[in-house]
Amino acid sequence: MPADLNRRLLLGGLLAAPALLSGCKVFDRLPPDGATRNLFEGANRLTYATQKAVAGDGLAREYSRADIRQGMRANGVTAPADADYQALAADAWADWRLTVTGAVERPLSLSLPDLMAMPGRTQITRHDCVEGWSCIAEWTGVQLSRVLAEARPRPEARFLYFRSMDTIERGLGGNVKYWESHDLRDALHPQTILAYGMNGAPLPVANGAPLRLRTERQLGYKMAKYLQAIEVVPDLTDKGGYWEERGYDWYAGI
Amino acid sequence: MAKGPLIYRQRFLTRLTHWVWAVSLFFLLLTGLQIFNAHPALYLGKESGFEYNNAVLALSARQTEGGLQGVTYLLGREFDTTGLLGASGGEAHGFPGWATIPSYHDLATGRVIHFFFAWLLAGTLLLWLVASLLNGHARELVPAPSDLRALPGDVLNHARLRFHHTHKYNVLQKLTYAGVMFVLLPLMVLTGLSMSPSFNAAAPWLLDVFGGRQTARTIHFAVMVLLVLFFVVHVLMILLAGPLNELRSIVTGWYRIDPKGDSHAR
Repeated sequence: MPADLNRRLLLGGLLAAPALLSGCKVFDRLPPDGATRNLFEGANRLTYATQKAVAGDGLAREYSRADIRQGMRANGVTAPADADYQALAADAWADWRLTVTGAVERPLSLSLPDLMAMPGRTQITRHDCVEGWSCIAEWTGVQLSRVLAEARPRPEARFLYFRSMDTIERGLGGNVKYWESHDLRDALHPQTILAYGMNGAPLPVANGAPLRLRTERQLGYKMAKYLQAIEVVPDLTDKGGYWEERGYDWYAGI
Repeated sequence: MAKGPLIYRQRFLTRLTHWVWAVSLFFLLLTGLQIFNAHPALYLGKESGFEYNNAVLALSARQTEGGLQGVTYLLGREFDTTGLLGASGGEAHGFPGWATIPSYHDLATGRVIHFFFAWLLAGTLLLWLVASLLNGHARELVPAPSDLRALPGDVLNHARLRFHHTHKYNVLQKLTYAGVMFVLLPLMVLTGLSMSPSFNAAAPWLLDVFGGRQTARTIHFAVMVLLVLFFVVHVLMILLAGPLNELRSIVTGWYRIDPKGDSHAR
């Protein structure tokens, strides 16, 4: 009897396994602001707090020239179609300015020569895309901490918004330009730079010309390209970026 | 046939963590495949070769006259895997929709669920490891020299589907469970952390241990395959060794062992 029952269970188990697997559509329903989603996203806050504590001010790995074995892979928008962007590019960025505004004592408007006149930093780092691939390249720019030292954030400053010039989405509700945000801790990290050079040449359009952000301890989507403005704020007023509004974690340390 | 006695075989913590891991690994596997599908290729080294080839595995789709063809590249060779890998259901994706959560392409949701269960797995694994070292459960899993001498006989018993139910694990069980608990699961956590640029800054040496971020990602995938293999054998063994008794022991803790002197009982 038990042997017979066992045999039936064995057969049942073998038949049930594929049914269980193909039942995965059961898990498709996870609405953006539902309780389950919020519970799962709670793990992101744990990740943020833990990585902040564990990584501290630690530096991202810097590589040697021999590790640059290929061109830097471009991702996301690689050729902005925006007319204002193209006009600025046609003029070799002569009329382009980076503004630093918000909770600062001294708002700034910096030209590309202004930024290049500041002490620079060159670093060979690994770019990790949220999709899973990695690519090593050399980046040259000015430390964001130096720019912020000139702007002098006010005591209430906690986050920075990075506004891009490229339209990433065109819809009935209007066009959406890319944006991102970081906390002050990552903004002041020594490897956080506003890069105007890549692999020994001016930053190409595909990689974010004339200026892009590098935050080496986070994933690629946090490093906004085609920068035009930095806003220093006390609090984030949205989910913190284009991809964050579409379900991606704000803290992209993993 | 005389029944053997019921013994209290599995502690509460062992039973609890077993089921937490079962649920966690289910979601980790299916969301892991979702994440993998965002870039269905594996490499060796620090980065992914786009202008040179350091790939060991790549799933891709190719448009042919007969429709969409799924192509699996593995260690320099190509295989037609239409319907399973590369292309399935007339669409191009690495693993088919039935093997991922969500079933459609949604990397963001896949990541959210993956990291939730990664925390749950890592937390309970740590709890179990510490508790097992303290209460002696860990010692039950590590094979003793006498176990290794019994190995050939034990392999033979398993091959003949002759299972002994005693108060302790047999040597193949010990080797398997010790391999999963002390090698595969910790390896999964560590290779996962090696893919984190933030954790890289905290522990850069881990990158060197695994030979670069992309190698760590490949190992993460390979260990997943081993864990799936373990799951298949684990379930098969339970079904063959008496699913009711085995299930009772991992739910209630009580396990019926063979009567004394009846060493060949099924």
